[in-house]
Amino acid sequence: MTATITLPDKVEMKKTREGFGRALVDLGERDPRIVVLVGDLSESTMVHFFAERFPERFVQVGIAEQNMTNVAAGLAAMGKIPFLATYGAFATCRAADQIRVTVAYSNLNVKIGGAHGGISVGPDGATHQAMEEISIIRSIPNMSIVVPADYWETYKATLAAAEHQGPVYLRFGREDVPVVTSQDTPFRFGKGEVFADGRDLTIVACGVMVYEALRARETLAARGIAARVVNLHTPKPIDRELLVRCAEETGAIVTAEEHQVNGGLGGAVAEVIVQTRPVPMEFVAVMDRFGQSGRPAELMDAFGLRARDIVAAAERAVARKRG
Amino acid sequence: MTPETLAAEFEAAHRPGRLLWPADRLREKALHVRRDIITLLTKAQTGHSGGPLSCADFGTALFFHEMNLDPTNPEWPERDFWHFSIGHVTPVIYSLMAERGYFPLRDLMSFRSFEGHAQGHPSRHDTRGIEVSAGSLGQGLSVCCGVALAAKMDAHPRRVYCVMGDGEQQEGQIWEAAMFAAHHDLDNLCGIVDYNRKQIDGDVEDVMGIAPLGDKWRAFGWHVLECRGHDMEDILRAFAEARTLRGKPTVILAHTVMGQGVSYMADDYRWHGKPPKPEEGERALRELGTSYAEWSARLLAH
Repeated sequence: MTATITLPDKVEMKKTREGFGRALVDLGERDPRIVVLVGDLSESTMVHFFAERFPERFVQVGIAEQNMTNVAAGLAAMGKIPFLATYGAFATCRAADQIRVTVAYSNLNVKIGGAHGGISVGPDGATHQAMEEISIIRSIPNMSIVVPADYWETYKATLAAAEHQGPVYLRFGREDVPVVTSQDTPFRFGKGEVFADGRDLTIVACGVMVYEALRARETLAARGIAARVVNLHTPKPIDRELLVRCAEETGAIVTAEEHQVNGGLGGAVAEVIVQTRPVPMEFVAVMDRFGQSGRPAELMDAFGLRARDIVAAAERAVARKRG
Repeated sequence: MTPETLAAEFEAAHRPGRLLWPADRLREKALHVRRDIITLLTKAQTGHSGGPLSCADFGTALFFHEMNLDPTNPEWPERDFWHFSIGHVTPVIYSLMAERGYFPLRDLMSFRSFEGHAQGHPSRHDTRGIEVSAGSLGQGLSVCCGVALAAKMDAHPRRVYCVMGDGEQQEGQIWEAAMFAAHHDLDNLCGIVDYNRKQIDGDVEDVMGIAPLGDKWRAFGWHVLECRGHDMEDILRAFAEARTLRGKPTVILAHTVMGQGVSYMADDYRWHGKPPKPEEGERALRELGTSYAEWSARLLAH
């Protein structure tokens, strides 16, 4: 499916986590099974909207992410649809065993909202810049993971997570990021969307890197390279069919993610490509290093997560393809 | 025993609801549970002996007196909820489930095997009636907090029972959950600590002391009851009292003996994580008034 996205010069900026917070209120209105748990981060995960509207279905757990994960499991075992919210670093790394043994092995219907994903978290530094969630979550059977691109997609992903039967991890960021989709852009759980077409290579991106990929496409077009941009918001379950088709039709792939290169979106895409239609691949990601303090924009620059880095990777991939 | 006597025995044991069996009948069932444990471990030649034997008496009281269950319909909405946070005591969990009617007794004879459903640690995916998988210590009380909280939200009369180990009290998450349960006034939650004072590496107080355990729970805002964990009347007294306590969750410290019921296992931490060899199993079953041939035939007959 192609939902051609063209960026205006001046793009609206909005927080993805606000899409999560707003969607929870709308879910709460329509489904009494929705329960929200938080680990002392109500405002920064934006679940305070839900807390104000549905205090009787809002559970404050305090600073205890492991307990929160399993309390959510117990609620899910009794038929509730619990969403828990904390920072991604704590939701995944700290509570990894709780997710693995209790939530995922039991296949309980727990939804995990991980805020503050990526280097763009900024001044808090490496401890709070979650960049391992895709690798950790996708290695656990029964888990799904969604990395939405912007406000509207986070809103839709949150609704889709509630619909999906089984545990889901939702990743969103801290900062205002460009709104590239609209209320009407299609969102299908587990399915990628072609956001702009091209025949020379495919840029497969998730999260805020979808915007960077669309900007990179403009630069590449001026240099005579026609790039297809795929928004692969769901690294797991991965859209194999779309990826194989892109490899066949464009012959080269660049992945772009605000995440460690080890086992993230790039790895997930490569696992599909090498087994089906091997083509040259390049990875734009954080190259196996911890983050640091700084302003979000300067960190995105310093860690090589900009449109210009995608352009360079695309040129390398196309050169290899033309061998 | 004939198929007819077995059928009569099971008809009574598999009934839905609270069975409220008296102590003498529970003692007889607990003896059968111990025979099951030794028989299935002897057959499997893998698994834990010590903890299952220390849990056998209060476990029998839970399943055959205290809890409201429907084994043929494990998702019965009116049910009480039980969870063994100590997933390694599967021999006693599966014995209680089979004796209560969740699945046939013969399934105990494929414990830990590739062919059977009875995994080494309890699995929701594999065994009907296991509501939440367990095996990594310290997690179960949090799960039970979630179940108890759901009952509160729905104004449901469900009671929630969580069996913990004493060594497990060393896990930090237990105390996160303890704080949570008291903060949210979960008086429908009853924890039971199998206080057998042994863990894999030795005496709990030598490995990593937990005493004074009752004071710790009280400080965390819980009602604390104690009972002699192999004295059926005292176990029933503690469960009955826990049922009356309001405003706070309750924990019962059940003072038990690891390996209780088998002379050479009793109070010896080396029996925490190993099964009896065939000749040791035979000796244990003789002490329990049966033989491997007799008791394995009973299991396979059903």
